[in-house]
Amino acid sequence: MASSKIDDPRVIEFDVRTDEMLINMGPQHPSTHGVLRLVLRTDGEVVSDVEPHIGYLHRCAEKIGENLTARQWVPYTDRMDYLAAMNMNLGWSLVIEKMLEYDLPERGRHLRVIISEMGRIASHLVAMGTYGLDLGSFTPFLYGFREREKILNLFEEACGARLTYSYLTPGGATADLPADWTGKCRQFLAEFKEVIPELHTLLTTNSIFVSRTAGIGVMSAKMAIDYGCTGPVLRGSGVYHDLRFHGEERYTEMYDGYVFDVICADPATGKYPESNYEFHGDSLDYPEIPRQAVLGDCWHRFYVRMLEVVQSVRLVEQAIEKYEATSGDWGTPIKLVQKLPVKEAYMETEAPRGQMGFYVVGNGESIPWRVRARSSSFCNLSVTAPLCQGILLADIPAIVGSLDVVMGEIDR
Amino acid sequence: MADFVNHILTLEDSWIGYIVAALVAAVLILHVVAVGALLFIWMERKISGRIQDRLGPTRVGGKFGWLQTLADGIKLIAKEDVTPDLADKFLFKIAPYVGLAASYAAFIALPFADGVVGQHVNTAVFFVLAVLGLEVFSVILAGYSSGSKWSLFGAMREAAQVVSYEVPLGMCVVVPVMICGTMNLTTIANMQAGFFTNWLVFNDPFTFLTAIVYFTCATAGVNRAPFDLAEAESELVAGFHTEYSGLRWSLFFMAEYSSMFIVAALASILFFGGSHGPIPIADVLGLLSLDNLGSSDPAFHVFNEDGGGFFASLNLEIAIARFLGVANLLLKGTIGVTVMMWVRWSFPRLRIDQVMTMCLKYCVPLAAVGFLGATAWQALDLPTGNSLMNSPRYSHHELWTADDSESTVEEASSNEVQTPHEDDTHAAAKAVELKTVPVSVVKGGER
Repeated sequence: MASSKIDDPRVIEFDVRTDEMLINMGPQHPSTHGVLRLVLRTDGEVVSDVEPHIGYLHRCAEKIGENLTARQWVPYTDRMDYLAAMNMNLGWSLVIEKMLEYDLPERGRHLRVIISEMGRIASHLVAMGTYGLDLGSFTPFLYGFREREKILNLFEEACGARLTYSYLTPGGATADLPADWTGKCRQFLAEFKEVIPELHTLLTTNSIFVSRTAGIGVMSAKMAIDYGCTGPVLRGSGVYHDLRFHGEERYTEMYDGYVFDVICADPATGKYPESNYEFHGDSLDYPEIPRQAVLGDCWHRFYVRMLEVVQSVRLVEQAIEKYEATSGDWGTPIKLVQKLPVKEAYMETEAPRGQMGFYVVGNGESIPWRVRARSSSFCNLSVTAPLCQGILLADIPAIVGSLDVVMGEIDR
Repeated sequence: MADFVNHILTLEDSWIGYIVAALVAAVLILHVVAVGALLFIWMERKISGRIQDRLGPTRVGGKFGWLQTLADGIKLIAKEDVTPDLADKFLFKIAPYVGLAASYAAFIALPFADGVVGQHVNTAVFFVLAVLGLEVFSVILAGYSSGSKWSLFGAMREAAQVVSYEVPLGMCVVVPVMICGTMNLTTIANMQAGFFTNWLVFNDPFTFLTAIVYFTCATAGVNRAPFDLAEAESELVAGFHTEYSGLRWSLFFMAEYSSMFIVAALASILFFGGSHGPIPIADVLGLLSLDNLGSSDPAFHVFNEDGGGFFASLNLEIAIARFLGVANLLLKGTIGVTVMMWVRWSFPRLRIDQVMTMCLKYCVPLAAVGFLGATAWQALDLPTGNSLMNSPRYSHHELWTADDSESTVEEASSNEVQTPHEDDTHAAAKAVELKTVPVSVVKGGER
């Protein structure tokens, strides 16, 4: 009974008892990535408890989906994960195609790979930049946005929009890529590959960055699986799972004939796959893993994203070649009032932030009876509370930022 | 200056002269603070822009957007001055002025060149550090009185951080003081006259180390990134100035930028030759005699009391020397500030425990090593950077100590520059003749 007083491992300082303070971090706060609200229980700088509150960006997107036709709802998917709108479009398009048992022509398939992987690059660039911002470094943010801007320019050329594209639609895409788009895309990739080492210098290998992220917010593989984490958050914990490899056939066949690695450390050795990717004769070497880093910490989650960008570059390069080699139809978008069969369909795709699933139930009408989205950020956010116990206040942006949540996708 | 005013007004040692002199000095220094902040904020925006591959301000004021800060200032003046309901109103309102006053007052003892100083203080090093240390009050007051938890966090951090960093900062500052044997900044600067090898940073390896530690601690002491925890915007919204708006907010900024300049200028005086350039151009070209710079009472270089009138007494040679000296010091201070900006826009922010670790585990021991090493270097009389070129530091140093002991005078005889006689009066007379008596120690002490 002697030591029964302090059993709570979260109580760090017990020699001088001070009052705890409840603090609202958000919904208006610079580093909560939108309108996330965290209620912190702090004792000085030490945060003993974090409780995330969500719902500040809820727009009833799913309910709206039950009042619109399948094609009409595409713009609403844009506004879910607004940083990777192309990938959201893709997820919705694929689930409707699955329902209609529609098969995309070859050219459309490669077009989708180009677009969705470019979307992944853009999204990871924002994730990288804002993570730097969370840790107090402004410059990587602008470096990331500068490159993202070039991707947005390319997207704008393809579909006319810069943020909410509605480009990939059920049945294909609203238009084929313009003439000479692939040339510009190639040029971008060539420029971008020069920039990646700069980004690594600014953050990945920066010693302050490493000391802020390595060993912070360590999540075991079991915990990541238990909480339903997906995407880079899951792979950062050393779980080899990427829907582009392990997903449904309808999705993985999109990547048939493509060569790329799943970026994930081998839990046994802690090593990432070798960079066997050559660029103008120089291999794009991955930076060394610092010795302070523990598998599943913030640094690894960040690192996985940085390496995935390289894999996406690799995919886009292959896709451009394949796209140029094919000709003909890129797919016909379904009619605005396309009737959906009486059945249900669910499909998950590998969006930049994890597995984005859409669920549709049709009742023979053109307006679906039920629409539901499974959000990756939502599950990824759920680890915030267990990860943020007994840490310092400054670690909260580091941990939440490494999860890379987008509130538009969580609240829908 | 005061005597000069009294001389013009034909008053004998009147208080009016001192008031007028104080006002003139205050207004001049205010310009350094205000215009300096204006320039540095513009510079920060421009530099951060270039580092981040963008342009920064381009339009206001024609080219380069050099009036951007002024436009922002006007905007800030026009903004509403909000005081939160929960705030301790009096403290909340007074806090920014405390900060500005502290960093402004520190300029009083900062010599921009030999003789160009608000008020000669024989313990200027101590004065500047002590007054600058008061700036922490403004942050603590602001944080405490804002009635906001984020502000309180900022204040707590500031208190912990700045107080800790004053320890290694003080230890670093002691090194030049120990080498030069004086706390007078003007004398310290003058002892580094000549080629850049005379700069204390190149004196020995330990002073080099000390200079680096000093700069690190100074960056932390004025709350610049990566040590800007008190206003860490990604964690604490805006830290201690979360609740401030308008002019009060901009006063915090002015205080921050002027204390940045102060610590950078202090670094350049203590380690980088102060108002003396890397190469004594004027001296090499024979335009000026270097010895003239430290020749007579600093206050009467330009305004000579017995010359009768302003223009009659204007010593052009010394005026030019001072102008160059001020330009040198401003340039060096600006370079120091630029380095701080460069660091800020390149690095992420440290965590509070890492900041404290950095101070207690690295800066304090390194400063101690630097201090002990530099002391040993002096005690063992090992070769210094000073001995690379024919330099005046020993002459300054030893003539000054000649007042106290004869042994140092004898040692000085090994130095080629000059050989004072053992007779003290003769030595002093010779020194006057050679015009190498250091500033203000002889006469300045009386003032």
